[in-house]
Amino acid sequence: MSRLVPFLGFVLLAALLGFGIWWNTGHDPRTVPSPLINKPAPDFVLPELDDPAKTVSKASLLGKPYLVNVFASWCYVCGEEHPVLMAEANQLGVPLIGYNYKDAPDDAKAWLARHGNPYSMVIADRSGRTALNFGVYGAPETYLIDARGIIRYKRIGPLTPEVIKQQLEPAIAALKKEAP
Amino acid sequence: MNLFPWRVTLRRSAPCARTPFAARSRKTHRAQGALLRALLIVLVLAFAASATAQAIDPLPFKDHAQELRFQHLTAQLRCMVCQNETLADSNASLARDMRHEVFRLMQQGKTDVQIKQYLVDRYSDFVLYDPPVQPSTWLLWFGPLLILLAGAAVVAVNVRKRSRANARAAMESAGAADDGRADIGPDHTGPDNIGDDW
Repeated sequence: MSRLVPFLGFVLLAALLGFGIWWNTGHDPRTVPSPLINKPAPDFVLPELDDPAKTVSKASLLGKPYLVNVFASWCYVCGEEHPVLMAEANQLGVPLIGYNYKDAPDDAKAWLARHGNPYSMVIADRSGRTALNFGVYGAPETYLIDARGIIRYKRIGPLTPEVIKQQLEPAIAALKKEAP
Repeated sequence: MNLFPWRVTLRRSAPCARTPFAARSRKTHRAQGALLRALLIVLVLAFAASATAQAIDPLPFKDHAQELRFQHLTAQLRCMVCQNETLADSNASLARDMRHEVFRLMQQGKTDVQIKQYLVDRYSDFVLYDPPVQPSTWLLWFGPLLILLAGAAVVAVNVRKRSRANARAAMESAGAADDGRADIGPDHTGPDNIGDDW
């Protein structure tokens, strides 16, 4: 019996290793869940990309749900996500607002001209200060904000057809059900 | 301005070259001087490198104490992009934004706790290098202690088992000595080979 103890110790450690591998392949350790889910979106006032004289604020968007998609011309993954947005933006049932993050306005405009513009409106956060309040830590990221200005869903990384079908559409459907 | 302060020391040591041993010692002196110079250059470069590392972005600190506080605080916060780097170390653009935010909050007179909370509200506990002690992190904080205690228990059990075996062996050999059969074999005498078979 006592000779089994080292062997059992080994089995225990091996099981721990196996658990660690299973645990870390099950989720992406780089994805940090936002603490802002189901909390009010931060107040913001940002200029429109095409017309910096016009500003868009959180207050001006209250009343109906909308999506905010953080993108930048320097963001490689955004280029991969873009065709998906081009295809799906009109079928989501909520407006898709582009959030141009830490980008030169001319670069952003050229990028949209080249790849197409799926957004109903594009706001620009050149310094990235407002994005800090949203907890943005990369691009692309997508937020679903409800009619009362509360963040209901956040996608870190690109929207793919699968993510839209499995996560985003149900989240939007839940909002529609709430609003009579 | 003297750009090469080590030269002064070399020149100062020069007078000893006037001794009769001058010819020989000058050579060794020169070799030593070259070595010393090389060493000093390496040191100076190392310091210069660490100085630039500290000044990733020069911020207008009020005084040195504030700068130290800033360095200390940003060293406890995680860069969300390169997640194994602190805000203080990271060159990522988001880390720079977050450093500037920390600086701005310091200017507003916010305490370290308030600044940390501000970032936690936006980026979750993950921005803290030291996770807070709460039910979900108990295992993380106290797990190593548990393992240590388990190890201590194993050691204690073994030590007790051995000392009991030793006592029994001692008693047996004492009894054997009384019987006049003490020197039957070396196997029963020493405590060294008892209790090794756990």
